[in-house]
Amino acid sequence: MAEAVDYKQIGTRPVRPDGVDKVTGRARFGADLILPNMVHGRVLRSPHAHARIKSIDLAPALEMDGVVAAISGADFPDVEGGEVGGEGGGTLGDVAKNIMARDKVLYHGHAVAAVAATSPALANAALEAIKVEYEVLPPVLDVLAAMEDGAVLVNENNFTQGVESADKPSNVAAVGKLARGNLDEGFAAADLVIEREYKVPMAHQGYIEPHACVASIDETGRGSVWCCTQGHFEFRANTAKILNKDIADLKFIASEIGGGFGGKTVVYLEPLAVMLSEKSGQPVKMTMTREEVFRATGPTSGTVARVKLGVKNDGTITAADAWVAFEAGAFAGAPTMPGMMAIYAPYDLENFSVEVFDVLVNKPKVAAYRAPGAPQTMHAFECALDEAAIALDMDPLDLRMKNAADEGTQAPYGPKFPAIGFKACLEAAKAHPNYTKPVPEGAGRGVSAGFWFNIGMQSSAEININENGTVMVIEGSPDIGGSRASMCLMAAETLGVEYDQVRAQVGDTESTGFCNVTGGSRTTFATGLAVTQACEDVIAECKKRAAMSWGLDEDQVEWQDGSAVPGPGVNADVSPMSLADLAGSAAKTGGPIQGRASVNAQGAGASFSINFTDIAVDRDTGKTEVLSYTAIQDAGTAIHPAYVEGQMQGGAAQGLGWALNEEYVYDDNGVMENAGFLDYRIPVASDLPMIDTEIVEVPNPSHPYGVRGVGETPIVAPLAAVSNAVSRAVGKRLCDLPLSPPNILAALDD
Amino acid sequence: MATVVFPDSFLEFTAGTREVETAAPCYRDLLTELKARWPDLTEMLDRSAVAIDGQIYQDAFLEEIQPHSEVFFMARIEGG
Repeated sequence: MAEAVDYKQIGTRPVRPDGVDKVTGRARFGADLILPNMVHGRVLRSPHAHARIKSIDLAPALEMDGVVAAISGADFPDVEGGEVGGEGGGTLGDVAKNIMARDKVLYHGHAVAAVAATSPALANAALEAIKVEYEVLPPVLDVLAAMEDGAVLVNENNFTQGVESADKPSNVAAVGKLARGNLDEGFAAADLVIEREYKVPMAHQGYIEPHACVASIDETGRGSVWCCTQGHFEFRANTAKILNKDIADLKFIASEIGGGFGGKTVVYLEPLAVMLSEKSGQPVKMTMTREEVFRATGPTSGTVARVKLGVKNDGTITAADAWVAFEAGAFAGAPTMPGMMAIYAPYDLENFSVEVFDVLVNKPKVAAYRAPGAPQTMHAFECALDEAAIALDMDPLDLRMKNAADEGTQAPYGPKFPAIGFKACLEAAKAHPNYTKPVPEGAGRGVSAGFWFNIGMQSSAEININENGTVMVIEGSPDIGGSRASMCLMAAETLGVEYDQVRAQVGDTESTGFCNVTGGSRTTFATGLAVTQACEDVIAECKKRAAMSWGLDEDQVEWQDGSAVPGPGVNADVSPMSLADLAGSAAKTGGPIQGRASVNAQGAGASFSINFTDIAVDRDTGKTEVLSYTAIQDAGTAIHPAYVEGQMQGGAAQGLGWALNEEYVYDDNGVMENAGFLDYRIPVASDLPMIDTEIVEVPNPSHPYGVRGVGETPIVAPLAAVSNAVSRAVGKRLCDLPLSPPNILAALDD
Repeated sequence: MATVVFPDSFLEFTAGTREVETAAPCYRDLLTELKARWPDLTEMLDRSAVAIDGQIYQDAFLEEIQPHSEVFFMARIEGG
């Protein structure tokens, strides 16, 4: 693997190729497409959090002039089990029932019917005409209450997985456990034991662009779907399976996307739009309102975590025990496993246990959200570590360094770590000017570690060399965080050409090979690997063409700085042939020059972080002020450092919002009371300082350019960093998020 | 012989066996061996990731297993 210092393109900060279109409004998002003869689809949603559907009468809606189609659960084929693919939790059967209820509604806002009409207003009126009879059932909303014997059952057919002999249904869908060593001996060896319960609220991904799509299906059942998605190949597959269609009959085109963060890895509207279009014979546009986004999509799990931590006076962790209950929403699939595997990942522990529970409640089915599961579990453990550091009068970075995982450490989830950058992050934090300066008067400084595994999965890429030698990259990963620029940089580096010579395009499902979703911090790693290999394919072809032109053997030609040249010792009186030269003579040497590659990328490298923040608290009002925030992360090689910094800043901003204000507020009937950005308060610019960043680059040895992936880890550390800062500021351990003004005041009054 | 370690979620299918040794030269052969010994473990094996000598594979197949390799089964990683 080449060293970062040798790169000519990688590590530079060119202007993003989609930037002008996005700031001028020309970029086309999911709701921007308008087709001739298009009609508008709308969804009728349950007014109850838990109810049996006794009957649905669509006829009054269908009798209205301008209403062209109406559907309910009865129109859908039965889908049981099946893999969602990509990153969706639960089964495809659950997804099918989530997008359109069958016999029961399981949360307030659950879809029960949909219509298509010639105007949005008429579609809304048609929803009001549909008659639905419900038998209202009591909801179960609290995760601990849902785990009790005799609790109201969300799903009467749910039997706990992961426990032998689960002979009666319950709301616990699955349990998981990781353990090593001997807890009793570990706690006996401790000089200090911390034991606490921590709560993290259910939170939404908060993407600005609502879910939207347009489906146009012809009379043969074939057609196209334009949608905002993190993965149009998996949207195609899931839509086809839910509707019992052939995936080859559907073409999916990814629009520009206004944020996803994991929430756009699963389908909601697309199967409905396809069915409505098929029934009406007209293109159907569907766009969610913000209220629908909150009530029926995302969110991530709320959790209750109990942690017991044992440490020696020198800071050595002797034992750690955790119990974490995750809200799954109405269907199984909370991110328990990654949360469980992440909780202790930064540390080298001898004795530990962590047990996790995937618990059904009458709330929306959870979806992935940046580093799913890790922020919740690591919040609990990182808060306990901070409390130990205070009790031991030890710098919280030193405590973490004392126990830090390094190359060769056996990770809690099994394997030994290859080269990792956690200690490098700790050292960078200790030396950072924001850390060496005194804590401001009236503020607290909170520290936390973050971690994410990162993943690879399947990607494809094609490279076409244009007639003038410019380079066209086509790949299938929707560009959420700047991947087109990163692909161009890696292609330029590999081919030895300038960045400006390369363009990248996200192809639709009929114009490029399969790609898994953009998520899991995999795109720059895995699709970048495909692009790199496709460029190497181009280089091999170029060397062949040059050899043909020069009358040499292929192995007598090398590729240097974007040109084919005779190899060392080859006696040939020829000039180097650039990509432009080779493309210009391509007609004589075999036709257009192309390269392609498909990979199932393995060897993703874990990414660690350290965040710290100074936060002041007004004890009279409970208002917090984030005075500074510093995010340090090992991202592997930063292909486009500005995008890496942007990911770190974005994750920090989202984490700050989750820690300080964001939560789902339900009434006793399970109705979300804050389903809008006025009441569900994500951070705005005036809430935040400039997020300072420092990229630590420990290259991943399994990637040709050392990429690890960056997008997940940044949201992990902020929750505990904020908790620890606020707790230190007020001199009292605050264990429950969000640390909103009323919650802080209530905690101080306790 | 290489060492193969199972997570807790496997134990109900392996009658509590957490660790086995194998001479399988590659992951495909290891899977065949484990499925033959514990047929009820098949579904769990097929939806697990595996780490071989520290390298995590979401979809391993012909990856080599050396005589002193450490093989850990684990949950597949997702992401957002």
